Amino acid sequence: MSYILLRHRDIPDISNLNVYKKNGGLEAFKKTVTKMKPNEVTDLVKASGLRGRGGAGFPTGMKWSFIDSKSWPHYVVANADESEPGTFKDREIMEGNPFQFLEGVAIASYAVGAKAAYVYLRGEFWQIAKSLDEKIAEMEDAGYLGEKLFGTDYSLRIYTHLGAGAYICGEESAMLESIEGKRGQPRIRPPFPAVKGLYNKPTVINNVETLTNLPMILANGADWYKSMGTPDSAGVKIFSLSGRVRKPGNYELPFGTTFRQLIYEHGGGVQDGRPVKAIMPAGASSSFIVVDDKVLDTPMDYVTVRTLGADLGSASVIVIDDTVSIEWIINKTIHFFKYESCGKCTPCREGTYWMMHLIDRVHEGNRSDADVDLLLNVAKQMQNKCLCPLGEFSTMAVVTGIERFPQDFRKA
Amino acid sequence: MSLANKYPKEVKQILAKYPPEYKRSAVMPLLYLAQREESYITKDAMQDIAETLEISITDVGAIVGFYTLYHDKKEGKYRMQVCTDLPCALRGADQFMESLCANLGIKVGETTADGLVTLEAVTCLAACDKAPMFQIQMANGLEYHENMTVDKTMELIATLKRSGVEAE
Repeated sequence: MSYILLRHRDIPDISNLNVYKKNGGLEAFKKTVTKMKPNEVTDLVKASGLRGRGGAGFPTGMKWSFIDSKSWPHYVVANADESEPGTFKDREIMEGNPFQFLEGVAIASYAVGAKAAYVYLRGEFWQIAKSLDEKIAEMEDAGYLGEKLFGTDYSLRIYTHLGAGAYICGEESAMLESIEGKRGQPRIRPPFPAVKGLYNKPTVINNVETLTNLPMILANGADWYKSMGTPDSAGVKIFSLSGRVRKPGNYELPFGTTFRQLIYEHGGGVQDGRPVKAIMPAGASSSFIVVDDKVLDTPMDYVTVRTLGADLGSASVIVIDDTVSIEWIINKTIHFFKYESCGKCTPCREGTYWMMHLIDRVHEGNRSDADVDLLLNVAKQMQNKCLCPLGEFSTMAVVTGIERFPQDFRKA
Repeated sequence: MSLANKYPKEVKQILAKYPPEYKRSAVMPLLYLAQREESYITKDAMQDIAETLEISITDVGAIVGFYTLYHDKKEGKYRMQVCTDLPCALRGADQFMESLCANLGIKVGETTADGLVTLEAVTCLAACDKAPMFQIQMANGLEYHENMTVDKTMELIATLKRSGVEAE
């Protein structure tokens, strides 16, 4: 099967505008603007079953339909902040197949009536931002961006905005604050971005991978897209495979591919032939899945993974073998979230601080079971009390790690 | 000299990205521009940006303090930022970092005696399949170095040192 998103693996020069155009590139955007009404684009994307690839899995077309049509202008923001430990797919898309991503931004913008779109990249993607700026300029020169496109009244500009090192800016309302020139701290919702987003105007925020699907869906139709994947999770997904596997990397596969296929067929199996002990399917924010033979044969889609007590999220599959202690893992994740907590809400700011001190004591070996109990208690106290998902995420590995792998925490 | 005088074209391009009534949005790109000068952001530069954007210097300082890629004091010419986060650590990043420290004779957070390299541990850089890896932050940009070994890293540092000597 040929690639739908990572098409540079089939067509090496697709990051060149002429090569992209020769392979059908930008025709979907042109067709969209010249032949379709914005709501027809939204309906088609709804019918395709496309769900957001940033982690939440929310239906993309439905998200667009929430945009407030009484307040103008509208904005589109592409979330290219990619900072979840274990996630490295958007980077490959933007490096390898940048025009398809930008065409996706353009299609989404047309669908919601936005005349300006911002691509928010994490600061570390400095070189990618520079390259996207050049690609955007090429599209402007070739008449695909700018004023009155293809002889219609529709105009569109795309701009990049570079972050500067803050995981929290991947959270959509923190991202908007950051574009507005403020510290990246989440907003209290409601109002939601579809009503009051960037500059207080209705805004749609979509992940890079989500947007990169759009040109292919517009070109080939909703039924084509739905013919791949599972009924609840249509299409293909890029699985970022990392951890103790022989061949880590990005694998573009249909939803419904099993963990076993991903890890053993594509990822070459586990290092040193060890057994898989646990899987974190959504990066550092994951719950731990306890792995046995049956679990390995579970299809990866938004619905089925949930039956294992975890979310598929951004499909950043971190593989943990039996040489690794879960206690060591949550020491890493807690330090990460403590460092990245923005400090705005008390449960997250204080909770990550206390979790860090407790895991340090446990990790250094001075532990008692009471310390483990207290750590679990702090994590549970934080749940459902934080202003944004970061605080909630920081507790997932802690709670499921201690509850599902007690032998890694308790004294014998 | 103000940024607008020194880099008139860049400043104009940056301001054009945002609606004129929201020019505060330009604070992050202007800070990157200011950081080009000395590899860190001086108080004068913050004052200059504050005046350009009609916000207070405190607002500018809050941005410098919040985001980790802005620096308000001078460190090594090259900031070597090694990812020691979970996925990289599962592929040997902690051991890589330890050996680097031993080879350079410094601890994490310190700068080599010649002022060339500051060694820092950072969180995920979206290169989990290419560990051990680090980025080098310098006055004008960032560079990724992936699938690294200690030997390759020491060679790279030697090259950076030579190029610095030649430039002088």
